[in-house]
Order: sequence, then C-alpha cells, then structure tokens
Amino acid sequence: MNILYNMLPIAFAYSSPLIISALGGMFSERSGIVNIALEGIMMVGGFAAASITVILEPITPAAGYIGLLAGIAAGMLYSLLHSFASINLKADQVISGTAVNILAGGLTVYLAQIFFQQQRTRAFSRGIETLSVPWLSHIPFVGPIFFRNESPPFYIAIVLVFLAWFVVFKTPFGLRLRSCGEHPQAAASMGINVYRYRYAGVTISGAFAGLAGGAMILTQDIQFTAVSIHGSGFIALACLIFGKWNPFGVLGAGLFFGLSQALSIYAKDIPFLAGVPLEFFYMLPYVLTIIALLVFSGKSVGPKAAGEIYDAGKR
Amino acid sequence: MPKKSSFIIPLIAILAGFALGALIIVATGRSPAAMFLAMLQGATGIIPGGGFNPRYIGEFIIQAMPIMLTGLSVGFAFRTGLFNIGAEGQLMMGSIASFAVALWVPAPPIIHVILVLIAAAVAGGLWGAIPGWFKARFNIHEVVVTIMMNYIALFLNNWMVVYVFGSKDRIKTAMFPASALLKDEFLSHITNYSRLNWGFIPVILSVILFWFLIDKTTFGFRLRAVGFNKEGARYAGMRVERDTVMSMIIAGAFAGLAGAVLTVGTFSYGRFLQSAEGYGMDGIAVALVGANTAIGIFFSALLFGMLKAAQPLMQSQGVPKDIASIIQASIVLFIAMKLGIDYLLAGLRRKPAGEVGEEAGT
Repeated sequence: MNILYNMLPIAFAYSSPLIISALGGMFSERSGIVNIALEGIMMVGGFAAASITVILEPITPAAGYIGLLAGIAAGMLYSLLHSFASINLKADQVISGTAVNILAGGLTVYLAQIFFQQQRTRAFSRGIETLSVPWLSHIPFVGPIFFRNESPPFYIAIVLVFLAWFVVFKTPFGLRLRSCGEHPQAAASMGINVYRYRYAGVTISGAFAGLAGGAMILTQDIQFTAVSIHGSGFIALACLIFGKWNPFGVLGAGLFFGLSQALSIYAKDIPFLAGVPLEFFYMLPYVLTIIALLVFSGKSVGPKAAGEIYDAGKR
Repeated sequence: MPKKSSFIIPLIAILAGFALGALIIVATGRSPAAMFLAMLQGATGIIPGGGFNPRYIGEFIIQAMPIMLTGLSVGFAFRTGLFNIGAEGQLMMGSIASFAVALWVPAPPIIHVILVLIAAAVAGGLWGAIPGWFKARFNIHEVVVTIMMNYIALFLNNWMVVYVFGSKDRIKTAMFPASALLKDEFLSHITNYSRLNWGFIPVILSVILFWFLIDKTTFGFRLRAVGFNKEGARYAGMRVERDTVMSMIIAGAFAGLAGAVLTVGTFSYGRFLQSAEGYGMDGIAVALVGANTAIGIFFSALLFGMLKAAQPLMQSQGVPKDIASIIQASIVLFIAMKLGIDYLLAGLRRKPAGEVGEEAGT
C-alpha cells in the first residue's frame, strides 16, 4: 500500500505535462493543423520557465508560478512560427513542425550560453514544490493518493481537461474550431474565417505546450538542459492519438503513460515487475500508440482535414 | 516542379538561413566572422592565420557520411510521396545489427565488414517495412508510426547494449574485432589521425544506387509515379501498395547502412544512447535542401556536414555551437515556406479561376 501512496503522486506528476501538452495538440489538430512541434514548443516553454524562475527566485517565493506564466507566453509566441509557416505560407505541416523542433533545440541551448555562459540554464533551488492539501490529505485512502505530496500542475491538468472539453464541445467557438478541422471549405462557406480559427488553435496549443514544458522542468528537473524534455512532446502526441482526440481520452492516456514512467522507478520494489528492464516501461507508450493506430484504422477518429493544406477553392 | 526552381529555392533558403544565423550571432554580441572562418577551417583544414591540418578534412567527411545516407533515406521516401521521419530509428536498428554481426559472427577481414554492412541495411529495411506496410495495408499515416518507432528503436538499442551485449558500464559494448571495422591506418595517417575510414565507399555507392534506381529503372519510374499521383498510378495499373512498402524498405536500408558506417567506422563499439542523436532530422534537412535528387543530397550533406564539423571550432571561438541547428532549422523552414510562396504566386497568376471557385463556395 505504501508503494501505491508513494508511486501514484509521482505518476500524476509525470502525467501532468503529457496531458497538458496533448490537450494543446488537440486544439491545434481539431482546427486542422497537425502539430508535431509540441516537443519543440515544450522545450521553449521549459527554457523560458526555468530561466525566469532562476532569475526571480531570490526576489519572490512565487517565482516558479511566474516561471510557468513565462512558459505559456514563450510557447504562444514560438508557436506563431508554426502557424505562420503552415497557415499563411501553406508549408507542409510536418516539415514546418520538424523545423520548429530542430530550431527549439538550437535556440534554447544557444540562448542558455548567452544568458548563463553554459549549455544549460543555471539550476533553480525550488522550482515548483509538491503540496499537500490541508484536511483533504487526511481522508483515508483517497487523501494520500490525490492530496498528499501532489505536484500542483496535476490539478492544473485536471482543470484544463474539463475546460478543454467544455470549450471544444459546448461552445460555438469549439464547434467552429472543429468544423475547420473536419471540412474547412464547408466552414468557410458558413462565413467562418478558417485562417483565424486555425491561428487560434495553434496558439492555444502553444500556450498549453509551453505550460507543459515549464511544468515538466520545474517539477521534475533542477534546470533546463538539451535533453530535459527527452521526447515528452512526442509522448503527448501519442496521448492525443491514444485518447482519440478527446479531452477525457487524453486524460486517461496521459495517466496511463505517466504510470508506466513511474513504474520504471518503482518496478524493483514490486515482486512481479522486478525483473522487467527499465527500457520496457519507456517503450510502452510508443508501442501502445502504434497498436492503437492499428485498432482505430478504418474508422474515422481524428480530425478529417488535419494536415491538409487549406485551399479555399477546393470542393 | 520545373528543373530550374528546384535549384534556386534551396540556394535562396541556404543564403537566407546563414544570413539569419549571422544576424542572431550579431544580435547576441558575438562575431559572425568566427563562424564562417570555423566553417572554412572545418572543411579545408586551412587554419586562419597560417597552418594546415588535414585532420579537419577527415572529421568533416566523417560528419557528412551518416547524414548523406539518412538524406538518401528521407529523399527516397519523399519521391514516393512518403514522409520518412523514421530514418533515426532505422539507423539505430542498423547499428544494433552491426553490433550483433561484429561481435558474434566470426569472419575473415573484408568479408566481415561486408556482412556487417549487409546486416545493417537489412535491419534498417525491415524496420522501414513496418510503417510502409501499415501505410499500404491499413492507410495509417507513416509520420506518426515512424516517430513512435524511433523511440522504440532507441530503447531497444539501450536494452540490447545492456542486457544482450552485456555492457557492464551502461555506456558501451565490448570493442569489435578489427576484422569488422571500416577503420584503416592509412586513411587515418594521411589525415593526421582523424577518424576517417572506408565508410565513404558504401556511402558513394548508395548515392549512385539512389540515382540509378530513381532515374534509370522502371521501378524508380513507378515509385515516382506513385509519388506524383497515387490514384493516377493505381489507375495506370501500378501496384501502389507493393511500391509503398518497397520504397520504405529501400529508404530504411539507406538509413540502416548509416548505422553501420557510424558503428564500425566512426566508432568501434556499440553505444548506449541517452537520447536520439538527430541523424534522422539532419536527413530531412539534407533531403529537402537536395531537392530529393542524388546529386542534390550529395552536396547538401557536404554542406550540413561542414556545419557539424565546424561546431567545436565555433564553440572555441566563442560562438555557441548550437547556431548550427538554428541555421539548419531556418533553412528547412525557408524551403517549406518557399513552396508556399510559390503556391501563392501560382494562385495569383490563376486568379480569375480562383475567384470563380470562391464564389461557388459561398
């Protein structure tokens, strides 16, 4: 039982950035823009969050949270590159996303050398610390799992799941956004500005992925380095697919993938998992995503027009 | 695409990429001249201020070899209308096959190396066949599958290095026997003890094979037809599904070969990898700049190899080496955008038709 109480909060901490970033990816893909740039945006968000936190820590105890806001802002700004290339200049969205990813790796480490004279940001001392909710953490069973030593971004992720569901499925904005991802020409015929909605989708994804990158660095690391994000943006993409482009699906997939990462730490203490190599747990999200793609194939699950270059004249 | 523009677009993108890189260096208070001098020194071995060290030339060729192969891999798939982001993973599978043959299969010199190269190409090809088959049989987009398979290959590589090849330090396997290596005293000597090796022979042969397959065989013609218009090719009686799988197998084989060239050429032991090394991403840049032609990929791999080789020199001159990635990404982005700008210009020229289309839509 103790293992469970220790492991689940860690699993939640691992899953939060995945969930947040995947929700971002959902906004982008629902608007019709494939976003494999989540990885790069998370790097930029993580770098901005770590830098601001290091600078503000001596001044204010809220430095970590201001860092998160910086991550959001940096992610939004950086994602404009992907929007501009793929919406205005009709670049292939996968090529543009690839370039945005390569650029993020170079830009963050380059700037780290300019600001901190080393290939990483200076280490922050606290980042965002875990918190225990008074009263609630004493509830038997539920308390230690959901309210003790919890990573704050986990609560942010849960709120965002409901918020994203409401916005995408219950508001006119969401309906229009989805229409741009399903059949942009039909959307345009109803007077919807496809370009504007796609910009909105990608920019929201930038904010989410930037937040996710910041949350990941500030809760799981002591500084930003070139390998800090190590493929999480692509696991987020996997969550999005595994969760069938739906916020609650994303939540489930994110929790599952987070658990598989936490298991890699705790496996040695669990009798029937003790012999399983670490690499197996790392591999799991990717293998399952390919299997999920096989299972979904033939059914229309994702946004129909995602990845297509928008041509207003096409019928 | 007309022949002329396929040369001009990458050229403009390269110039714009370097201009942007120089601008960033100036904006951050460093010297762009140091970067260009580092590139000159990295490619020619001429040391600014006097001196010549052929070691730099050897290291430059070493850097260009794997990305030339991953460039061929990405480019070959592009010609069939497939986006192979999986060169990285195919390369790693090639590396794993190289470890196995180098360590486990006893063979005389030369034959041993050839066996390593063949095994790597086969392993890469099989790893490429999987997304190809998924695409052909289930119509699953190859981009997502290949991204996921890159990470699977990365962790498979690490698992194999530790558990199958028994690396005790979790850093590298045992040293390979000399018979399995592409290394050579002579080549190392003439380049002042660089890591230059015979790997350039399979690389050059691959470039020629790419050109021959794509431009000189009916098989290549079919692949290109599928790339231009899948439904048109199907209507013309071509077996689009089989060609899709074949194209990914060949693309994977090029990348797998890159794994062998790295493993038994640049290094001489299997390596545990902390993260992907980016050869696949470099390959995308190489293929795009090379306009997916054999000769174009050859030269663009040299360009990006030069950039990579100059990185340590830049760093020592006070220019952060990551400017190379920034320039590379900018070039890719400019090429992607340039296609869009062309599209817009073509749209302007066809304006009357476009307007009719829009009116009909509203």
